Amino acid sequence: MEPLVDVRDLHFQYDDGTVALDGLNFRLFHGETVAVFGANGSGKTTFVLHLNGLLTGQGAVSVCGMPVERKTLARVRQKIGLVFQDSDNQLFMPTVIEDVAFGPLNLGLDRDEAQARAHAALDEVGMAHVSGKAPYHLSAGEKKRVAIAGILAMRPEILVLDEPTTFLDPPGQTALLELLDRLPQAKILVTHDVDCARVLANRAVFFDKGRIAGEGSVEEVIARFHWDRTPLKRSASSRS
Amino acid sequence: MHHVVLDRWSRGASVIHRRDARAKTVATLMFLVALATAHRSFLTVGLGYFAILVAVMIAARLPLGAALARAAVVLPFTAVFAVISLAAGEPLAAMALVEKSYLSALAVLVLLSTTPLPELLHGLEHMGVPRYLLMVVQFLYRYLFVISEEAQHMRAAAQAKSASMRRVLFDRSKFGAAAGALGVLFARSYAHADGIHQAMLARGFQDRFRTLSRHAFRRADAVFVMAAVVLLAGARFFAEVWI
Repeated sequence: MEPLVDVRDLHFQYDDGTVALDGLNFRLFHGETVAVFGANGSGKTTFVLHLNGLLTGQGAVSVCGMPVERKTLARVRQKIGLVFQDSDNQLFMPTVIEDVAFGPLNLGLDRDEAQARAHAALDEVGMAHVSGKAPYHLSAGEKKRVAIAGILAMRPEILVLDEPTTFLDPPGQTALLELLDRLPQAKILVTHDVDCARVLANRAVFFDKGRIAGEGSVEEVIARFHWDRTPLKRSASSRS
Repeated sequence: MHHVVLDRWSRGASVIHRRDARAKTVATLMFLVALATAHRSFLTVGLGYFAILVAVMIAARLPLGAALARAAVVLPFTAVFAVISLAAGEPLAAMALVEKSYLSALAVLVLLSTTPLPELLHGLEHMGVPRYLLMVVQFLYRYLFVISEEAQHMRAAAQAKSASMRRVLFDRSKFGAAAGALGVLFARSYAHADGIHQAMLARGFQDRFRTLSRHAFRRADAVFVMAAVVLLAGARFFAEVWI
């Protein structure tokens, strides 16, 4: 079976000399949700920015059989939807409906079709009732859903979610996980939230110093790299 | 924040809001040229033009007092040059400067308060304004929100550490800290703006903003432009010939 995402021997170094990716290999197949774990600075976000050509390193990256290069960027960015950690970065149009239609309009769809797709995507994430609102008036959970709608409106085959549960309260996290679990696309889930990964992912990889140090089931990777929160012993003073 | 208020006002549904962005832009340009070139009769013309703007604001259901106050933001800048003219013994020139600046600002404010910025820019693109110039304006507008958000966060953080801006100009250490904070504000805004740009590229942004709004120059828009011509020329002619 041909992988949806195929990354081979990817290297990337920032201008200040920091080596962010050091010979990375990664594959994502149809129907998979892969959790990407790793310490801060281990190269996770740098890796996802390569998947739709926002960064370009040395090595081979292909998405849905297309090499990620200048002439394929428009098609690649339609196939792979990137949901950023900070929804405020993603929402910039004056109203929610205009923001969600931004991607479809960039794909060259006419206004009617773009609007229809935007409404359908908002409906899918349960946000149809805020379509006329300004994005900056929404709560963090609503912003995240609208940001996901903006990606879904482009009808991608792969969703890449960078820390999707950050900034959300517990009920908001639960609602988001339910939504993501319903979406049929293959997903790459960059997260520190092991509970989120346990619910959604059927495989996990662990990044260390710009390469994959290990992979397996979510529980295997969590156990091998001690990646769960360790219960703290409370001191006597904190109990009083 | 001014831009948030204007953005909210621009989302109205009045007869003025419904006019095509090009019709309103042309009318505003005519207003500015007619006002700027009024010399002998500038006071009377100014009064007539002020009445026209007030009528448009009422038709657009804009909050009159708030809009008039917002346009006054240009006055401190104009006042400097007006004082220089007064000192040079030219009180009429000083009055003309203040009147024309205020009315020009008010006219532009009425345009921005009745036309959402994306529609206005799209209209300007149809009128032949270079696309890259319009993109700069669009980004500038978006990043105004970014800078003000960052500034609010930094202000809250400073207040949480008991900082205050009192006597900042006279206290060397406070002035240094404020200058440093300004530098940090721009560095943070730059990083945030870069994130926004990446998110736009990720959703297929290439080299132009496309909007959902339709641009159809209807008969009502033509009538609006004709009415603007008649009113502006009529007020000027009346002031210069009969008064």
